[in-house]
Amino acid sequence: MTETEHVSPGPFVPSRYRVVDRKTENSDITTLWLEPVDRPIAPFKAGQFNMLTAFGVGEVAISISSAPGAPGAIEHTVRDVGAVSHALASSQIGDVVGLRGPFGTDWGLESLTGCNVVVVVGGIGLAPLRGAMRYLAENPAPDRKVVLRVGARLPDQIVFPEEMERWREMGVDVEVTVDVADAAWTGHVGVVTQILTELPFDGAGAVALVCGPEIMMRFSARSLIDLGVSPENIRVSLERNMQCGIALCGHCQLGPFLLCRDGPVVPYAPLAAELITEIER
Amino acid sequence: MEEMSELIAKNSLFAGLPDSTIQLAVGCAQNVTFEPGARILVEGEPADTLYLLRRGRVALQVQRPSGKPLIIETIGPNSVLGWSWLVPPYRWQFDGVAIDPVGAIAIDGTCLRAKADADAVFGYELLRRISGVLLSRLQSTRVRLLDLYGHSLDD
Ligand SMILES: Cc1cc2nc3c(=O)[nH]c(=O)nc-3n(C[C@H](O)[C@H](O)[C@H](O)COP(=O)(O)OP(=O)(O)OC[C@H]3O[C@@H](n4cnc5c(N)ncnc54)[C@H](O)[C@@H]3O)c2cc1C
Ligand code: FES
Repeated sequence: MTETEHVSPGPFVPSRYRVVDRKTENSDITTLWLEPVDRPIAPFKAGQFNMLTAFGVGEVAISISSAPGAPGAIEHTVRDVGAVSHALASSQIGDVVGLRGPFGTDWGLESLTGCNVVVVVGGIGLAPLRGAMRYLAENPAPDRKVVLRVGARLPDQIVFPEEMERWREMGVDVEVTVDVADAAWTGHVGVVTQILTELPFDGAGAVALVCGPEIMMRFSARSLIDLGVSPENIRVSLERNMQCGIALCGHCQLGPFLLCRDGPVVPYAPLAAELITEIER
Repeated sequence: MEEMSELIAKNSLFAGLPDSTIQLAVGCAQNVTFEPGARILVEGEPADTLYLLRRGRVALQVQRPSGKPLIIETIGPNSVLGWSWLVPPYRWQFDGVAIDPVGAIAIDGTCLRAKADADAVFGYELLRRISGVLLSRLQSTRVRLLDLYGHSLDD
């Protein structure tokens, strides 16, 4: 055994992962299936993220969109918004990307036994919740109802529509709304808060998992509170620009939180509610 | 079979009103059904009816120059469809097309206006409730202008 084999590669050295499959979800969103080339990352929990490297371009935070413990490749769903995400979203089967992680807090699935769950997502917000949704759909509990409410700008911007259909067949109460549509769309048209005016159970005691742009999370949280969900039982996922991912650089600071460590999943009340309201004031 | 007064009282617009008030609406109401695809409201046509939806959904849509209509909102069970009978020029502003088999109570707008004019207490209560529904629709429209699903960071 050589000396170098004993040296830990350190927290900034990514593991190499190969793209073993890819799916174009819509015009700017792609899901990548990744398998380790050599050193796999540690097991993850639903809601955590990895730092993904497009070699020669850069590194960005991307949530893990597959379910924890599921066999096979690990999934990430990337929206092409800039240089790094473009390079990742364009990677082809056989390409190698870098992976560091898993980082951050999770949705706390183990605490969701014996309570009803409302999942509210906007835009690509279903990606960080897809692992949790798969878990909830595939592990039904007699004393737990699961409601999924999804909002998107246009019908072709809805991600994972086939999977949502499967969850519906598995007993999840799924409703999707878009801002505007043509006549081919037979679903709901209106903002996500319009499909959050009632729940098939008492909001008190239910837990809500909310992910999407911050304005959407704020309005959704208000609707959930109107439905009786306790603000302490609303969990939101907050995103800030990440660099180190390990609470060293301060890039991801939001108020008292370093979101790479204390987030992305945080309780809505009391702090997150204030923070996201202040930012947008 | 449920009485018309019970059906009306179930709709959020009339819920909790005394029976004597509900009876004023009953005199103007009838049960109607529509097949999927039926145009319940036609843009530009005289607006003379308030619909209390009991089942099924209706798409509010506008015709585009390209010919393909654009759906701007869907209205579901227990909601209220059609406001243009309230104020002049009493013409529908949008098309309203049944998405599913629709069951509704159609209340004659002219009849309802006449009763509201004749009974100021009823008229005030009706307008107060209608304002509540209109306000929540306006707020939803405003929220929609925010592009709720755009970037999560301040760009
Ligand atoms: C915890 C966490 C989880 C994330 N999960 C996902 C995911 O599952 N899928 C996904 O596609 N993206 C996810 N993101 C966002 C992703 O990290 C950014 O889109 C990415 O950093 C943009 O880098 P870029 O070089 O491609 O673009 P840049 O050139 O850096 O930015 C392009 C545009 O994207 C915006 N942007 C930059 N950083 C972010 C950010 N953190 N969030 C939102 N917009 C940003 C910029 O304001 C700019 O408008 C996540 C971010 C965090 C912090
Ligand atoms: S990303 Fe460096 S402290 Fe959070």
